[in-house]
Amino acid sequence: MIVKQVAVEGSGKGTSGWFEVRGANVSYDHPYGMSAEHALNIDFVNEAQGPGARVAVELSAESARALVNTILAVLAQAELGGYIELKAER
Amino acid sequence: MYQTNMYEGMLAETITMPGANGDVINAYFARPLGAGPFPGMVLIHHMPGWDEWYREATRKFAHHGYATISPNLYFRAGHGTPEDVAAKVRAAGGIPDDQAVGDAEGAMKFLRSLPILNGKVGIFGTCSGGRHATLSASRVKGFDALVDCWGGGVVMAQADLTPNRPVAPIEYTKDLSCPILGLFGEEDKSPTPEQVALHEAELKKHNKVYEFHMYPKAGHGFFYYDRAAYRQEQAIDGWKKTFAFLEKHLL
Repeated sequence: MIVKQVAVEGSGKGTSGWFEVRGANVSYDHPYGMSAEHALNIDFVNEAQGPGARVAVELSAESARALVNTILAVLAQAELGGYIELKAER
Repeated sequence: MYQTNMYEGMLAETITMPGANGDVINAYFARPLGAGPFPGMVLIHHMPGWDEWYREATRKFAHHGYATISPNLYFRAGHGTPEDVAAKVRAAGGIPDDQAVGDAEGAMKFLRSLPILNGKVGIFGTCSGGRHATLSASRVKGFDALVDCWGGGVVMAQADLTPNRPVAPIEYTKDLSCPILGLFGEEDKSPTPEQVALHEAELKKHNKVYEFHMYPKAGHGFFYYDRAAYRQEQAIDGWKKTFAFLEKHLL
């Protein structure tokens, strides 16, 4: 089990609707839904709201890398277009 | 062995029991009906949580004549679906070894307090539960048989030790107080066949009674019929070996 936690801000849609996401737990471990021995698992959570406040994804290592690169590429394009607000400006 | 003209009945329900540090936790308990005496089994659930498979396994052991208890090792993480609770525990890096051993000991003492017990208690676990079962039978007296199904992390590198898992279970091998049955898959990455061989060598070194089986064409979790890891032939044989081993040491 390899696991890291990161604080994030945003919202996620769980089984009871949208909730405030405060953290992302990233692990490389046995998946629940995917047919593989190990997967890159991301849980978007809000611990204050209990274990059920969770949006889960399980990805192959290759997919996870492709996702990271895509996120970075989209953010770079958004930054170039001047769309990313600085926290102080909000 | 069950025959079709035999009476069979069981009681299966959620109960509470004292676990590590005297904390009251919940547990699933299944036992054959009748006065017994029955041998006891403690089932230690896997990393994916205190889930439906473990309830079914608890009833399976009861069907085979064992008073069986499966403590909820993730009780302290709060309540939700087994997957959500297990995800929370995973994010925290798992539960402390001392706590798991304390809960297993509590479950064993619960069984020993029952008038229906025959005086013998075994312990069974899969995945992280195999590791916790191995630790428990080594660190606590009162278990008469141990079944370790693909317990990963029995052999640990120094770099993998954490405050929750400060000592590799293999270090306690000399203190193991009962026979051990180990079931493993050749294609497993945790434990690898090399790690299983190291564990076996340690058992041999300390003159322990052990029986290890390494299944070809099987990986991690080959008993789990609800996962792609399921291997029918190996699982059937593994269950057969499990009950033969327990019959030998607990009846």
